[in-house]
Amino acid sequence: MTPRTTASRYHGLSIALHWLLALVLVGSFGVGLYMTGLSFSPTRLKLYNWHKWAGVTILVLSAGRLAWRLVQPPPALPARIQSAMPGWQTKVFHATHHLMYLLFFAVPLTGWAYSSAAGFPIVWFGVLPLPDFVPVDKALAEMIKPFHELTAFALAALVLAHVGAALKHQFIDRDRLLGRMGIGPV
Amino acid sequence: MNTTLNTFSTAALAAAAFLVLASQPALAQQKLDAAKSEMVFVSKQMGVPVEGKFRKFDAQIAFDPKKPEAGKVSFTIDTGSASFGSPETDAEVVKPVWLGVVKFPQATFQSSTIKALGGGKFEVAGKLTIKGSSQNVTVPVALAQAGGTTTATGAFALKRLEFKIGENEWADTSMVANDVQVKFKLLLSGVPAL
Repeated sequence: MTPRTTASRYHGLSIALHWLLALVLVGSFGVGLYMTGLSFSPTRLKLYNWHKWAGVTILVLSAGRLAWRLVQPPPALPARIQSAMPGWQTKVFHATHHLMYLLFFAVPLTGWAYSSAAGFPIVWFGVLPLPDFVPVDKALAEMIKPFHELTAFALAALVLAHVGAALKHQFIDRDRLLGRMGIGPV
Repeated sequence: MNTTLNTFSTAALAAAAFLVLASQPALAQQKLDAAKSEMVFVSKQMGVPVEGKFRKFDAQIAFDPKKPEAGKVSFTIDTGSASFGSPETDAEVVKPVWLGVVKFPQATFQSSTIKALGGGKFEVAGKLTIKGSSQNVTVPVALAQAGGTTTATGAFALKRLEFKIGENEWADTSMVANDVQVKFKLLLSGVPAL
């Protein structure tokens, strides 16, 4: 079932985690943008909880993904792609990935802290109550809120850059970069 | 004629007042210190416990721990004083689908029987009326006394739908659980010794 690891393709589990995270991240960001504009209603309550559950899921999946990355490091860029990239692009490529990983943790953690401080502890999937690592404090909640928003938008911008760069490689440079993530030939 | 009537009615009033006072001996002095008392409710929204409280309530108490069965407790809560601590939610809870504060400004409890369970514990049965609906409830109450103050604590669960709290789209108990925990701590003065 899992594709064989070749020199330049990611491991099957890495590919699965990448696309699963992509889905949950985009979904969670979209719901987050939409739900804040809703008036008090069951829909709003539902979306807020789904958003929080998704956020904790992102946190857990990212921790697993990072641990797996240490076990199974990503394959190096093929020499043909690497040699075609100017030095600044290589730097930006690494910086983007590091920052995205940082934000995979920072965005859910600020959201969790905001929810706890606002007096709404998170119960994951309505079943598992999570601890509050900040006290219930409305002023603190208001202080944390912009950080959750800011980090989320920063992550969205990085994701756009990441997708844009991948598409540029695939369709302008025609270097079959997407093959590394399981789309098309390597 | 007029004078006679006035004298008569004054006498009648005095007699009536005497009868009322005589039927409520020392127990009439019992008072609730509302400012130091707490009336908290916890509702579960999609599994998340959310705590709110009533800021305004009062009680009429005539209770002797040594003669609990003769005791009477009635309680009045201003539904408009319900608060979850966020202005957004507080604006919702007063609306007709929730507490309907305009039509039902008060929730009441009137005891029917009080039973001693020993060790300062009592069982207070009575009628709880919220939003025009009445239900019989039994509330366990523990009393502790110190320096002339009696502290009554207790908790019970009510089913919100029996009182139409949360109607229409909010009747869905998978969103907001039917069970609402009510917890209270009441500071009373003038209650005879346990």
